Amino acid sequence: MSATPKRMIPRLLQMALVIVGVYFGFILFFDVLLGQLIPKSLLTMYMVFVVAGVVMVFTFTEQGAQELAGPIKALVEDPSKKMMRNVVFVIVPLLAGYYTYSSMLLSFEAPVELRTIHPAPPNKFKAYGKSYNLTTLENPYRKFEKEDPAKFKELVKEGGDVYIRNCQYCHGDKLDGKGPYASGLNPTPLNFQDVGTIAQLQESFLFWRIATGGPGLPAEAAPWISSMPVWQDFLTEDEIWKVILFLYNYTGRQPRSWAHE
Amino acid sequence: MLTRNMKITCGAFLLAVFAMFMQPALMPAANASEAAATASSVASAPAAMPAPAASAAAAPATAAAPAAHAVTYPPAPKLTAADYPTIPGVNSRVAVWLVAQLHLWFGAFVVAVPMFVFIIEAIGMATRDERYDNMAYEFIKVSITAYSLTAILGGLLSFCLILFYPDLFKYMALIFKGSMWAYALLFFAESAVLYIYYYGWHWLQGGNKKWVHLTLGLLLNAVGCLLMFLANAWTTFMMSPAAVDAAGVFNGDTWAAIHNFLWNPINIHRVVANVAYGGSIVGAYAAFKFLSAQKKEERAHYDWMGYNANFIAIAALLPLPFAGYYLTAELYAYSQQMGITLMGGVFAWIFIIQAVLIGALFLSANYYLWCGMGRSEGAYRYNPRIKYIAIVLVVAFLVWFTPHTLVLTNSELKDLGGPYHKYLGVLGIMPAKNTAVNYLLVFTFLSFMFYRRANKVATVSWAAAGNAAQIALFTAGLINITILGVYHGYFTNTVYKVAASIPQVLTTLVIIIVSTIIDAFMYKGAKDVAPLHWGRMPPRSQYALFLLAVSFTWLMGLMGYVRSGIRQHWHISNIFRDGSPDAFTPGLGYVANIVSIGTIMFMAMVIFVFWLSTISGKHVVAKGYWKEQQA
Repeated sequence: MSATPKRMIPRLLQMALVIVGVYFGFILFFDVLLGQLIPKSLLTMYMVFVVAGVVMVFTFTEQGAQELAGPIKALVEDPSKKMMRNVVFVIVPLLAGYYTYSSMLLSFEAPVELRTIHPAPPNKFKAYGKSYNLTTLENPYRKFEKEDPAKFKELVKEGGDVYIRNCQYCHGDKLDGKGPYASGLNPTPLNFQDVGTIAQLQESFLFWRIATGGPGLPAEAAPWISSMPVWQDFLTEDEIWKVILFLYNYTGRQPRSWAHE
Repeated sequence: MLTRNMKITCGAFLLAVFAMFMQPALMPAANASEAAATASSVASAPAAMPAPAASAAAAPATAAAPAAHAVTYPPAPKLTAADYPTIPGVNSRVAVWLVAQLHLWFGAFVVAVPMFVFIIEAIGMATRDERYDNMAYEFIKVSITAYSLTAILGGLLSFCLILFYPDLFKYMALIFKGSMWAYALLFFAESAVLYIYYYGWHWLQGGNKKWVHLTLGLLLNAVGCLLMFLANAWTTFMMSPAAVDAAGVFNGDTWAAIHNFLWNPINIHRVVANVAYGGSIVGAYAAFKFLSAQKKEERAHYDWMGYNANFIAIAALLPLPFAGYYLTAELYAYSQQMGITLMGGVFAWIFIIQAVLIGALFLSANYYLWCGMGRSEGAYRYNPRIKYIAIVLVVAFLVWFTPHTLVLTNSELKDLGGPYHKYLGVLGIMPAKNTAVNYLLVFTFLSFMFYRRANKVATVSWAAAGNAAQIALFTAGLINITILGVYHGYFTNTVYKVAASIPQVLTTLVIIIVSTIIDAFMYKGAKDVAPLHWGRMPPRSQYALFLLAVSFTWLMGLMGYVRSGIRQHWHISNIFRDGSPDAFTPGLGYVANIVSIGTIMFMAMVIFVFWLSTISGKHVVAKGYWKEQQA
């Protein structure tokens, strides 16, 4: 085993610098460069793994582990470091106490909540006075995409008219969830341009959510929050299917289908 | 010990027989709610049916079993809270939950150990290296005590089900009576073969006797797997019932009920996961023995054992994400409702915890390999490269557990303008996860390759070309995985997005298999750089093995809950409603607490098993205690 090399920066300090550097690197990259902050909950999760990874790299050799543990051992055991030891032993509990106190401090901030993006659909639901089976339900106009493209284009256009008259106030004229009323809603309306929304879903799911709205969500889908109106009270069945065509057509997405999976 | 084990086995068998035959007799013939159920189910017969995929799967089986129609099955009962017996101070759901989970943990271990023991014994026979034979024997020795605990917990589970969920048990027993009877008989066969295999280990040595012993090992595995497959059928029937009508009237034969939609995906997933789990538990055993070893030889032996156990765990861990993905895809195909509840609904948060635990698994397995490079001076030349592997692994994990819907404070929500993150949101969906998991598998394999070749120098003339081919293979493979993930994941529609995961997996497998083949030829007859010192491992590496076992146990508990919990308020999905006061999906914190308690209980029992193996080898000579016998 080779002798411990002399280092410009002690290993313990190197490790601390790497961890702190990564932490501020995340903040700099997301909050400053990209202009979208990194949520505290996510940053905490990220840092747990970053710290684990860094500790692993610094300790997988015996020499590395000893270099890392050396200063800590010396701080605890070396009589010449008495002053430093006393300072550390005062500061560390104080920091822990401060962290605990600030974590437990009452605030006016509403508690964070876990929201489910796609509530689980029932197998069957009722709308327009009849029962629909969600597992077999298909968009009656989807077939025209191949059979009669001109007619399909016309249906998409009609769907677009329905969307502009009814949906864009919340979901936005670019379907990005940023309509004029969006800022008044919490949670904000769904962004259909996002790859994780309608692109993940079957058309039958969309039909169910649009027709029955927030009140149509089943108990087993809880916890949920939705201000989606019950559109079967305002739109016809045909209009809903056409607006679904428009949503996929405008965003360039295809509805999820099991046909080829 | 044999007598004790036989007693336990016989006890469990008798209990199973009792449960099957006596239980219906102990139940009221038709209680009030059952009568109501029969009446109402007739009225609502054309109502809800399970998903079409399930009915499609069930249809041929139903049609093919006219003979079974001679037996008339009752509809699923409609129960109220009064139909569930209670014992003051006992929460029936928690009791069944914990006992079932403990039984599963031990069962998984007991089914898995003979699989790799069989392989290790065969390697020992092929190489004539007795160390393999001794190691295989020690592994099976640990599983013998665990086998007793599996039987005890299985018996306890049967009692719990009969006591707390009698109507459900009665309904299931009527449909599965044939397979339950077979299960009970097979349990006898399993015990017999296991005991001959274990106690006959040193008797059946050498020549044809060794072949007989190896054949017994094969038989043991066949019976063990069959037992697991039968039990899997009961749980998967509760998720994806087959050959039943809307009222829950069973109209098929036993095979139709067994061969339900999710049976095979679960079978595959459990076989692979059990091997990985078994490897991790025997790894913890080796670590336990290593840390308590007094002699250098003992430390060397248990270090070698720990290395092999970690190898088994990693080897099975590599295909596990794909088996899990297949199971989830099938579950989604069976029921969109279940799929969305699982991956997009409240259970999605457990998958985030799952991702973190899988991260802990892979990191601890890698860390153990890296520490293992300290066994030889020859490995030091690879040390500088480890940090790059660590960076890729950590980045892959950050992608792996980034949730799609973020947990945001109100101020963060306001700043972001909605619950979605413009840049991190794309990491929350499956294409990113699939790409990340393939990266971490490839780099974990790279860690293993470094470890394997660290102390060797290839002597073949084409070593440079071989290395270049491997570098090219890794580079091309990683580029392919990235293109498949990014292009098909984000710039094509969902059909291709899901389908792209298959070539990604194949790419990873090609990298692993082809590299292994090249390495095998390239390092044939390679010379050692320096002597390998088995036992020269720091204690922290052994704690990594413990972490592997604990993470695995916790993970299995959480995912076991998810598998069962997605039925939500149904005992049997869509046909048999849970009418108990516990027919609600508990909060995530509550779930985490119960699973954590179960994990602590299991680990305590496992440590007990390890300790037993330690004292079983001790022999104290009590001088002056025993009366002198005259010659």
